[in-house]
Amino acid sequence: MLSTEDDILAAAQDWRGAGRSVAIATVVDTWGSAPRPVGSHLVIDGDGNFLGSVSGGCVEGAVVTEALDVIAAGAPKMLEFGVADETAWRAGLSCGGRIKVYVERLD
Amino acid sequence: MRLDLLKGMNEERLNRRAAILVTEIGGGEQRLVKAAALSEDPLAAALESALRTGKSGMVEHAGASYFLTVQVPPVRLVIIGAVHISQALAPIAKIAGLDVTIIDPRTAFATQERFPEAPVIAEWPDAALDRAPLDRYTAIALLTHDPKIDDIALLRALNAECFYIGALGSRKTHANRLERMRAQGFGEAALTRIHAPIGLDIGAVSPAEIAVSIIGEIVGALRKKPLRAEGQAA
Repeated sequence: MLSTEDDILAAAQDWRGAGRSVAIATVVDTWGSAPRPVGSHLVIDGDGNFLGSVSGGCVEGAVVTEALDVIAAGAPKMLEFGVADETAWRAGLSCGGRIKVYVERLD
Repeated sequence: MRLDLLKGMNEERLNRRAAILVTEIGGGEQRLVKAAALSEDPLAAALESALRTGKSGMVEHAGASYFLTVQVPPVRLVIIGAVHISQALAPIAKIAGLDVTIIDPRTAFATQERFPEAPVIAEWPDAALDRAPLDRYTAIALLTHDPKIDDIALLRALNAECFYIGALGSRKTHANRLERMRAQGFGEAALTRIHAPIGLDIGAVSPAEIAVSIIGEIVGALRKKPLRAEGQAA
């Protein structure tokens, strides 16, 4: 079943209610052919479980790693991802777009 | 984000009310602005425009950047008539992400076996719509071919300002329908909002093809023209 943005935010509330630490990542800006629209969410818990999508799979791994830092530190973070860099092995978008993702802890 | 803000967002969505979460980028300050309180917010103009398009995005105001998480209610499709076209329309609409309900008082048609994917309500439209009222985030397709049934729902749909109203029937049938609605006091501006004959003109023949033409028209009504802000006159 496809998860809608609604299911994802409802899950964030449920997870927090069940005592899990939770971060919410939101696509806040896109340039070029970005895979997921502005406003898309990824919800991450303290164990690295996640629900939703901010890029259709390209950068979720990196966002989850950053989210664990945000859960630990408490301050929100703005992440930016661009075209995949062939020489350095790091997260990028093969479609050629760029996205900005805001990651915040649910308190 | 504070848990109470997230709870507020989820609650507004459950109750089919629009709301916007305003996040100041940098400071991280957040507030939830409900549709009813929009005009009192310092960002009122930007919020109203965001609500009309239904799209989240960044805005600048007085030297600060804000992200608006815009939340409009899930889009519904109410199908009046548990007919052959509806059997194709219900699954296609569901795949397209619409929340589908079928209403038909004729119990021979309105059986759950014929519609495995969507709830079927075997009642007159007024009774069914009293419990789950139409609103501007709802599309309605009138497919019974029977004015006794369709007109009840059409009156409700015009009053509720459904973002899409489609009605099955020939041009002659539709002309008669418009006469009945004029007799009920509706003006031309309201009546031009009825899509009839229903569906995009793609030469559809079979019930499934007609269903495709209807869903195409609904998506067009949803995405090409911004949804009107709540409280704004027709």
